[in-house]
Amino acid sequence: MTLSVDDVKRVANLARIEINEDESKQVLAQLSGVFSLIEQMQAVDTSNIVPMSHAQDMIQRLREDVVTESDQHILFQSIAPQVEAGLYLVPKVIE
Amino acid sequence: MLNASLKQLATQLLEKKISSVELTEAFLKHIKSLNPELNAFITINEEMSLAQAQVADKMIASGQAHPLTGIPVAQKDIFCATGWLTTCGSKMLSNFVSPYDAMVIERFNQVGAVNIGKTNMDEFAMGSSNETSYYGPVKNPWDTLAVPGGSSGGSACAVAARMVPAATGTDTGGSIRQPAALCGISGIKPTYGLVSRYGMIAFASSLDQGGPMAKSAEDLALLLNVMVGFDGRDSTSLQRESEDYTRDLEKPLGQLRIGLPKEYFAKGMSNDVASAVEAAIAEYRKLGATMVEVSLPNTMLSIPVYYVLAPAEASSNLSRFDGVRYGYRASRYTDLEDMYKKTRAEGFGAEVKRRILIGTYVLSHGYYDAYYLQAQKLRRLIARDFTEAFKQCDVIMGPTSPAVAFNLGERSNDPLQMYLSDIYTIAANLAGLPAMSIPVGFGGKNRPVGLHIVGNYFKEARMLNIAHQYQQVTDWHLRAPAGLFEAK
Amino acid sequence: MQWEIVIGLEIHAQLSTQSKIFSGASTAYGAQPNTQACGVDIALPGVLPVLNYGAVERAIKFGLAIGAKINSPSVFARKNYFYPDLPKGYQISQFELPVVQGGSIKIQVGNIEKAVRLTRAHLEEDAGKSLHEDFHGMSGIDLNRAGTPLLEIVSEPDLRSSAEAAAYAKALHTLVRWIGICDGNMQEGSFRCDANVSVRPRGTEKLGTRCEIKNLNSFRFLEKAIDFEARRQIEILEDGGSIRQETRLYDANRDETRTMRSKEEAHDYRYFPDPDLLPLSIPKEWIEQVKAMLPELPEARRNRYIEDYGLSSYDASVLTATRETADYFENTVKQLPAQAKLCANWIMGEVSGRLNKENIEISQCPVSPVQLAGLLARISDDTISGKSAKDVFDSMWQNEYGGSADAIIAAKGLKQISDDNEIEKLIDEVLAANPQQVADYRSGKEKAFNSLVGQVMKATKGKANPAQVNTILKKKLLE
Repeated sequence: MTLSVDDVKRVANLARIEINEDESKQVLAQLSGVFSLIEQMQAVDTSNIVPMSHAQDMIQRLREDVVTESDQHILFQSIAPQVEAGLYLVPKVIE
Repeated sequence: MLNASLKQLATQLLEKKISSVELTEAFLKHIKSLNPELNAFITINEEMSLAQAQVADKMIASGQAHPLTGIPVAQKDIFCATGWLTTCGSKMLSNFVSPYDAMVIERFNQVGAVNIGKTNMDEFAMGSSNETSYYGPVKNPWDTLAVPGGSSGGSACAVAARMVPAATGTDTGGSIRQPAALCGISGIKPTYGLVSRYGMIAFASSLDQGGPMAKSAEDLALLLNVMVGFDGRDSTSLQRESEDYTRDLEKPLGQLRIGLPKEYFAKGMSNDVASAVEAAIAEYRKLGATMVEVSLPNTMLSIPVYYVLAPAEASSNLSRFDGVRYGYRASRYTDLEDMYKKTRAEGFGAEVKRRILIGTYVLSHGYYDAYYLQAQKLRRLIARDFTEAFKQCDVIMGPTSPAVAFNLGERSNDPLQMYLSDIYTIAANLAGLPAMSIPVGFGGKNRPVGLHIVGNYFKEARMLNIAHQYQQVTDWHLRAPAGLFEAK
Repeated sequence: MQWEIVIGLEIHAQLSTQSKIFSGASTAYGAQPNTQACGVDIALPGVLPVLNYGAVERAIKFGLAIGAKINSPSVFARKNYFYPDLPKGYQISQFELPVVQGGSIKIQVGNIEKAVRLTRAHLEEDAGKSLHEDFHGMSGIDLNRAGTPLLEIVSEPDLRSSAEAAAYAKALHTLVRWIGICDGNMQEGSFRCDANVSVRPRGTEKLGTRCEIKNLNSFRFLEKAIDFEARRQIEILEDGGSIRQETRLYDANRDETRTMRSKEEAHDYRYFPDPDLLPLSIPKEWIEQVKAMLPELPEARRNRYIEDYGLSSYDASVLTATRETADYFENTVKQLPAQAKLCANWIMGEVSGRLNKENIEISQCPVSPVQLAGLLARISDDTISGKSAKDVFDSMWQNEYGGSADAIIAAKGLKQISDDNEIEKLIDEVLAANPQQVADYRSGKEKAFNSLVGQVMKATKGKANPAQVNTILKKKLLE
C-alpha cells in the first residue's frame, strides 16, 4: 500500500490539523515508513480469530440512575478560553 | 536521607526524627539544585507541597500515619491534580490548571503523601525518549548526553537523581519500564484495570495503566498498596479483594520457573544489555530458579499492532483538545474550522500529530478491516502466546530495552527507530499483563540496563517478591549517579 | 409515470432517566447554561464514561414492546467528528451490535392496518446546543444536554406516504410514553424525527437515491416536509435530472427543504468500539424482569376494547392514544361495565373537549373516572336527560357539591320526571290547552306532534323523560 500526499491531507482534515504542502510531504515520508512496518501484520492469517478490544474479558458495570454531580460551571469555566453568560464561545457555527 | 528507602523514611517520620515539612523541604532543595540541568519537573509548587506536608505532620502527630504519610511523591504530569498545572507535556494544556483530582492523586492524598511536583514527560505520553515534551527534553542523570527514556522520563530521572523517593508513571507501551531501565530504577506496570484511569489523561485507553516508579521492589510494593483499588468512575477498573503487595517480599523464591522467550534472545539485543541480563539470570539460578525456554511467536508483531491500536485510540482520545472548553486556543483564525485546525496544529507537537494522523488513517473508511480489525485479532494471538507460555513458567524474563539509553537527538528524527525501542515492553500492554523493570547493571558508557519481568494476571505480589529477592543479593538498585549531592 | 414514495424514519427519543447516560449529571430540562454539564459532559482530560442502568433498562423495555431481539453482548462505539456541541470530538453511540435489533409496530391509516418493521434501536448520548444569538459574532455553547441518553429508533424503508410516516411516528410516540421511557415532549426536543425519503417508479424494486431530512419537530411538519421532498424529487426526475444524496433541512416557515450538506463532503465517522466501555451484557433474567414490569401495550388494549367492550376500531384507537386516556377509560368503564360505548363517547366528547379547551392533560382532569361514572350511571338509568348531564358535568368540573353527580342532580333539581302517571297528567293538561294542534295532528300534520312534545317539556322545565313523553303522547293522541 502506498500513501499519497492527498491521503495525508485528507486525514489531516479529518483530524482538524492544519498542514501545509511541505509538512504534508515530510509527514508522508515518515508515515510511509511506519506503514511499511504496519504492513507486516498482513502476513498473518487471522480468519476465525475474535478481535480483542479490551485487555480484560469483562463486561460493562452499570451505574445506578441517580444524580451525583452538582453545578461546577464557574470552576470549569475559569479555565476556558472564552466564555460569556455561562456559555462557551466559539467562532460562529454555521448549519 | 535522600537515598533512603520509603520504609526508612517512614520510620524516621514516625519516630519524629524528621518532620514531613523538613523532608519535603530537603527534597525541594535538591530538586531546585538539579532540575535546571535535568529538567525532570514541569511544575513545582512549594506552597502546595508544604501545605500537604503540614497536614501529614498532623496526621503523624495524631497517630493516623499510613506507611506513606508525609513522604514526598512526584506525580507524572499526566495525572490531574486539583489546583496544579497539569500539562501532559503539551502546549495544548500549558495553561490547564486541573479542577479535579485523578483517582491516583486522591489515593495519595488520602494517605497523607506529599505531592512534590509534576514530572516532565513525552507529550501526551507519546515517545520513548522524553524529547517530545513541550517543556524540553529530560536528561539522563547517569549521563546528561543520554535520554532518560519515556514517556515517564521525568519521573524516572527524578527517582534516579534522588530528587524524590518515589514517583508515579503511566505505561501504554513501556512508558514506566523503559525509562526505569534507562535510568537504573525499578518500575512496575500492574495488570490492566488495577489502577484507576480516572483523571489520568488518556493516550490509548485499552493499553494505558498507571504504576509506581521507585528505587526498589520493596518501595514499589508500598506504592502499589496505595495506587491499586477499585474505582466506580472507570468502567475498566477491576473489583477485587484488596491485597497487600508487600506480603510476599521476604519469602524465599522456592520453586521458581523463569521463562526465557527464545525470540527475545535470538536477535536485536545489544551485547552490553545481553551480558547484564544474562548475569541477572545467572543470579536467579543461584537463588534456585530454573530456566525454561518459552516461545512468544507473535510477539514480534507487537510493534505494528501497537502502532495501529494506540494511534487509533489516541486519535479519538485527543479530539477533545479543540480550544473550546479549556487549554490552548490559537490566537488568530478565520472561522470555526480554522480555529480547530490552527489550535490543533499549534497546540500539538510533531510526534503527537504524527500519531493522530496514523490513527485517523487506520480508522478511516475502507481501511478499518485491514488495519484496526487485523491489529485487534493479532492482539488476541499475542495475548494467547502468553497464556501458553505461563503454562510452563511463573514469570518471563528478558531485557526491558534492546539497548542502553541513546543520546539526546540521536533518534528524534527517525520515528521508526524510536518505535523499535519498545519491542520488549509493548506485548504486556497488549495482553494487559503486569510487567516490571529492575536495574541489573550497566552497559556501554556506564549507562544502566534493566531486566524485564512479566507475570501472569494479578501476580504482582509474586513478581515483587522475585525482584526483591534479587535486590537482597545485589546492590544495583542502591546505586545513584555520581556527583548528585555536590550541591549539598 | 406513477411514482412511489419510500420513507424510513430515524427517531431520537430522549430517555427519561434522572441522570445522564455516562455521567451523574442531571438531565432536567431548562437549567441555566452549563450548570448541568459535569466534568464527563464537558470532556475534561482524564474523565471516563460509566453506563447508566436506567438507560439500558428503558432500551430493553422498548425492545420487548416491539418484539425485537435484545442483543447481548451489545457494544458501544465512538462516532468521531468535530463540532462545538460535541465536547469529546466523538459521540458514544452503537454501531455493530445495537442493544435492540428488529421488531415491528402496527400503524393504521384510514382503514388499512400495516406492520412497519424496525431495523434497530440503539443507545447513544445527545450533544449540547449551539446558540446562535450574536455574542460579538460568535456562537455560545451550552452543554447541559450533552450526555442525555437517547434511543435512536431506525425503521426499515417500509413507509409509502407522508400519512403513513406520521402514523408510524405517532404510534412510536404513543408507545414510548406508554411504557414510560420518554416524555415525548416535542417542543423540548425529547422526541425528534429525521426522515429518509426517496421515490421510485411504481412497480419497481430498486430504491431511489435518498435524502435525509432533519429538524422535523412536529408530526405536521413531518408530513409537510415529506410531501415537499417527494414532489421535489419527482419533479427533478421527470425533468430528466437525478437526485443527489444529501442531508436536507426542513424550513417550516417557508415549507420547503433545503440542502444542509451533501454526501460528497460527508463525514468519515471512523466508528470503532469505545475502549473506555466494555461489552454490555443483558442476561435473560434481566429481560424477564423487565418483561414483568411492562404494562399492557396499546395494541393489546385496543384489541381488548374492541372485543370486550364492543367499541369500534376508531374509538378503541382514540382511547388508547395515551396510556393516561386508556386508564381513564378503563377506570370509568370498570364502574359501568354495561355502558362502555356511553363511557367512550363521553370521554372522547365532553371530557376531551373540555381538557382541550382548558389546555390540560387527562391526568389533571378535575373529574375523576369514578365521578364521571357516577354521572353516566344517572344517564343510563334515565334519572337525568342528556342535556342535564352536561350541566351536571360542568358542575362537577367546578367541583360543586363535592363533585358528586347525585348531589348536584338533587341540589339543582335536575331529576327527570319518569313517573307515567305524572307525565300523563301533564300531557292531558297540554292537550286540553292546545286543541288546534291536536286536531292538526289527527288530520295528518306530523309537525304538530313535535310542537306538543315541546309544550310538555316546557311545562316540566325539560325534566320529563323525552322517551316517555313521546310514548304516552302518541298513545293519547290515538285515543
